[in-house]
Amino acid sequence: MSARFVAPVLMGLFMLALWEGLVRAMAIPPYILPGPILVAQTLVSDWGTLWPALLVTLSITLQALVAAVVVGVLLALLFSLSRWIELSLFPYAIILQVTPIVAIAPLIIAWVDDVSTSLLICAWLVAFFPILSNTVLGLRSVDRNLLDLFDLYGASRLRTLIELRLPAALPYFLGGLRISGGLALIGAVVAEFVAGSGGRASGLAYRILESGYQLKIPRMFAALVLISVAGIAIYLLLSLLSHLLLRRWHESALSEE
Amino acid sequence: MKLVGLSDVSKVFASGVQALGGASLDIAAGEFLSVLGPSGCGKSTLLRLIAGLSEPSSGMIEWPQGRPDIGFVFQEPTLMPWTTALGNVALPLTLRGEAKSEREARAAEALAGVGLKGFEKSYPRELSGGMKMRVSIARALVTAPKLLLMDEPFAALDEITRRKLNTDLLDLWQRTPFTAIFVTHSVFESVFLSQRIAVMSARPGRVRSELAIPAPYPRTEAFGTSAEYAALCRLASAQLSEAMAA
Repeated sequence: MSARFVAPVLMGLFMLALWEGLVRAMAIPPYILPGPILVAQTLVSDWGTLWPALLVTLSITLQALVAAVVVGVLLALLFSLSRWIELSLFPYAIILQVTPIVAIAPLIIAWVDDVSTSLLICAWLVAFFPILSNTVLGLRSVDRNLLDLFDLYGASRLRTLIELRLPAALPYFLGGLRISGGLALIGAVVAEFVAGSGGRASGLAYRILESGYQLKIPRMFAALVLISVAGIAIYLLLSLLSHLLLRRWHESALSEE
Repeated sequence: MKLVGLSDVSKVFASGVQALGGASLDIAAGEFLSVLGPSGCGKSTLLRLIAGLSEPSSGMIEWPQGRPDIGFVFQEPTLMPWTTALGNVALPLTLRGEAKSEREARAAEALAGVGLKGFEKSYPRELSGGMKMRVSIARALVTAPKLLLMDEPFAALDEITRRKLNTDLLDLWQRTPFTAIFVTHSVFESVFLSQRIAVMSARPGRVRSELAIPAPYPRTEAFGTSAEYAALCRLASAQLSEAMAA
């Protein structure tokens, strides 16, 4: 075990112990601040409500991420084919990106009948821009000399795209994907907060709101823990994917020797 | 027999910079020609015009026997990092749509030709600077081109690697029938390698003078230390100074 793992784990355990100790010593009531042990107990006892809620949030996140990849990459390809399309559309992509999702979410929820579709649209809006802008950058960051070489051997535009531009853009795309994975989750949670929908298909954000109203603060913390764990898991999975795809050739995936 | 002739070729870029101002040069089939000049004199532009990567603003480029297959070696190795040495060398064949087995066999042969047998599966990042340049040369030669254009290919390499590559390049040229145009700013390199040197003036570049290097091949280390070599270097150096002053 290297210090890379031991140090943060020890630090984490220490902070948890400090938290538990303070809560007990100062006799803080659980509806103000529950201790970590109580949060863990709630996580187990309320698993029946929390697990389906986690699945709902994760499903929206995943769908939004897939939609962000499809639309982001397709738009990037379109931009790389035509300077005119890029010039006319890119400013609007930026406007979508800089407008806070909390501000547009009520509109989208009002316009779209189906709640889960509107949540999906919100999460997608937040997630797609990093993929678009990174992929556009990647498709353009091709070695000029290699482009000349393809030209010299009479390669068609499509051929150049497949054999040269796409592989050259891959590290950039994967960088964008890692950012978008986290953003999709944030988008899904924020939109759900705004929508505040009840019923069967409620995600973790709704459980947090509900627990707040009912002063079930330990459950709120348990839901928060699940959101954090989900975010970390998404990041780690996308990092692993990136590592597997790039380890043979890209500088970013080189192990320290 | 003339392979390609440039007559009064000029090139003005969109930025208004005139890179070439009336360059004329004939290249014979099978010869090893060096183009020597100060940096920024339009040597690279000349090479790109011959390769057809760019069009002259005025003047003519003639191919009496038709345009042959051309190989191009850049100043940097210019390899695709995501594929192996074999994949990189096979690229020209891939782009021509040749069958996998055929192109792999020919790429392996080209790699062996530059002394990299056994490195087929290596990725560019696993190779040294000199080896990457060898892969780049193998890629340029894999189509068995009649004309090999080289744009200061060894300029970024260390002295020892450069010497070895110079000798190996001459070896390749003697074994395989191609015409070589080698752009360089090194007097020593141009004298060591070529049968003829075209000396270019500063920008806008044109061919100021030509110098024949009559020494026989194979040229070895012994030639590099001979009095004949030193005298020729002095001559080329003087012509270069004259061209730069003009």
